[in-house]
Amino acid sequence: MRPVYAISGGVSKFAKARPDKTFPAIIKEAYDYAIQDIGLDFETFTHIVDGSVASYFSDHFARQLMAAIMAQDYLGLCPKPSHRVEGGGATGGICFQEAWKSVASGHMDVCLAYGFETMSHVETWKGNEFIALASDVSFDYPVGGFYSGYYAMMVTRHMKEFGTTPEQLAHVSVKNHLNAYHNPYAQKRRKLTVADVRNAPMVAWPLTRLDICVMSDGAAATILVSEEGLKKLEAAGAVIARPLVKVTGIGRGTDAMRMADRPHLDYDFFMENYATEQEKASDETRAYYKNLWQHGTRYPGVHSFRAGRTAGNMAYRHAALSDPLHELDFVELHDAYTSSEIQTYEDLGLCRYGEGGAFAASGKAFMPGLDYGLKLAEQSECPVNPSGGLIACGHPVGATGLMQAVFAIWQLQGSIKKHFRDAALQVKQARRGAIHSHAGTGTYVTVSVLEREG
Amino acid sequence: MSKLPSRREETLGGYIVHGVPFPLSTDPEALEFLKQMAPIQIEQDYQITYLHSYGQDSPWFAGLANKRLLASRDAKSGYTYANPRGHDMFSGAETRWIDITEVPAQVHAFTVCYFGSEEFLPDCPFVLSLIEFEGVNTLLLTRLMGVDPQAPTLDWIGMQVEPHFLRNSKLKPTDVYFAPKE
Repeated sequence: MRPVYAISGGVSKFAKARPDKTFPAIIKEAYDYAIQDIGLDFETFTHIVDGSVASYFSDHFARQLMAAIMAQDYLGLCPKPSHRVEGGGATGGICFQEAWKSVASGHMDVCLAYGFETMSHVETWKGNEFIALASDVSFDYPVGGFYSGYYAMMVTRHMKEFGTTPEQLAHVSVKNHLNAYHNPYAQKRRKLTVADVRNAPMVAWPLTRLDICVMSDGAAATILVSEEGLKKLEAAGAVIARPLVKVTGIGRGTDAMRMADRPHLDYDFFMENYATEQEKASDETRAYYKNLWQHGTRYPGVHSFRAGRTAGNMAYRHAALSDPLHELDFVELHDAYTSSEIQTYEDLGLCRYGEGGAFAASGKAFMPGLDYGLKLAEQSECPVNPSGGLIACGHPVGATGLMQAVFAIWQLQGSIKKHFRDAALQVKQARRGAIHSHAGTGTYVTVSVLEREG
Repeated sequence: MSKLPSRREETLGGYIVHGVPFPLSTDPEALEFLKQMAPIQIEQDYQITYLHSYGQDSPWFAGLANKRLLASRDAKSGYTYANPRGHDMFSGAETRWIDITEVPAQVHAFTVCYFGSEEFLPDCPFVLSLIEFEGVNTLLLTRLMGVDPQAPTLDWIGMQVEPHFLRNSKLKPTDVYFAPKE
């Protein structure tokens, strides 16, 4: 495989509703920004780009089959090659990885990855119904299909087995909303307290409205290139930031559509097949897990995402890293729910299974230098969702994973101040970051590692 | 005193319009002004009736209609699925049906939905739960009755429960629900 560089990106403003433009025109906002950021005009870039990968989740929301070709047409990319990918909430992350494959394989030198979702065309509760159709329509949806309900069930099990508390979940909400205060692309830029989160309307116990992301309209785009692609663009006048941002790790995992069908594996199988290299190497951690299993924990059960663990382990091996908490400078992860951020801390090896709640409230995942109004016992170690994540930016599904990629590119380029007009969210000396995209109740998960060269 | 709503509920819907504001002439200045125009939004109905087949899982629904809860088991390993599954995920072999109606069951996880998807809003609040069965390797998503949705507690996890069946089958998974064992 050839080296692949993520050189630019753009994000439209995410909003509850964007009736002012059709979806192709919203995508063009992100696309134009990505092109302009490397100093090229539309015609020059269009001449050089080899093709694209398109990302959107739902034909129901779009009420338009083959929507991607309308975007391809609007962006002036016909007749160049393109295809649409779909994998629920992970659609954007899958799109990013498919674009990576197009370049890494030698099929393309310059590939555009773009995604969108327009979720405002139906009322919120009808939107929830559409999303719930991403659960088994024979067995799960008819029982009361509602994703917030599915995730809340995971939380109650996590609470019961590991002692996780609703207040620990609320720390994630406070963190991500406050981070977003400095991100002009976010739509919920708020200074909250733990009490605010807990006193918000209860949606699915114990998750309140402030534990849950919002359906949104929006688009995002990234440009991935080979070394040859880089030369072509620069020969045409592109000004591409140095040091370059390279995609060094790609991982993807899957799990059963029905959450109820996930296995409950024993300790030995977990250690052999799912434990991180760091966990395997630690006597203390092996003893910790042995104790969990002796008290009834089984893996993944409904409290954990083996697809996330699989994707993370695969990406880490590819990127040659083994201590994610200390070797990653930030993570943009799929926090559709505060609880799923906590579960994902564990899947990604930022802490051990069962310790996500305590990790959330410790301060390790917070940005340094921001006043969250919380008493945090520990210093920041690896900021998680410095952008504000899905909870504060919103979740226009097909765009979300690409939005994460754009924010990661800007972090690693050191250009957050330029794009946000505020340097507060710039992770100092950011050298390596991960993006994590997640579907369903953990059915598809992607993890990609990006690194600044040099 | 409970908090009263301070905003009126919004609804979709509108009037049939017999005239839309538009420049009287399409001179360049007027055409340029159209860039300032607010978007027109219309309603589009979208209603479908699907003919959905339960396929090889059909006997499970027939079982519910006859007040029996079936499960699928791999004959060789004994791995058992609370949700029916025609083929075992490990061996690929065809599973066989077993009856778990009388098998001891308990709550594995739950939530109370105070909101829901549009179809289920009239049911709110309702309790969703995952049930574990003795000797069964996977769980079953179901409604839990007989507990107070206004007073959820983690103590519900581990509670012994038993299946109840609707008298009038709808041929849906909601033909069975669970309640605390009496």
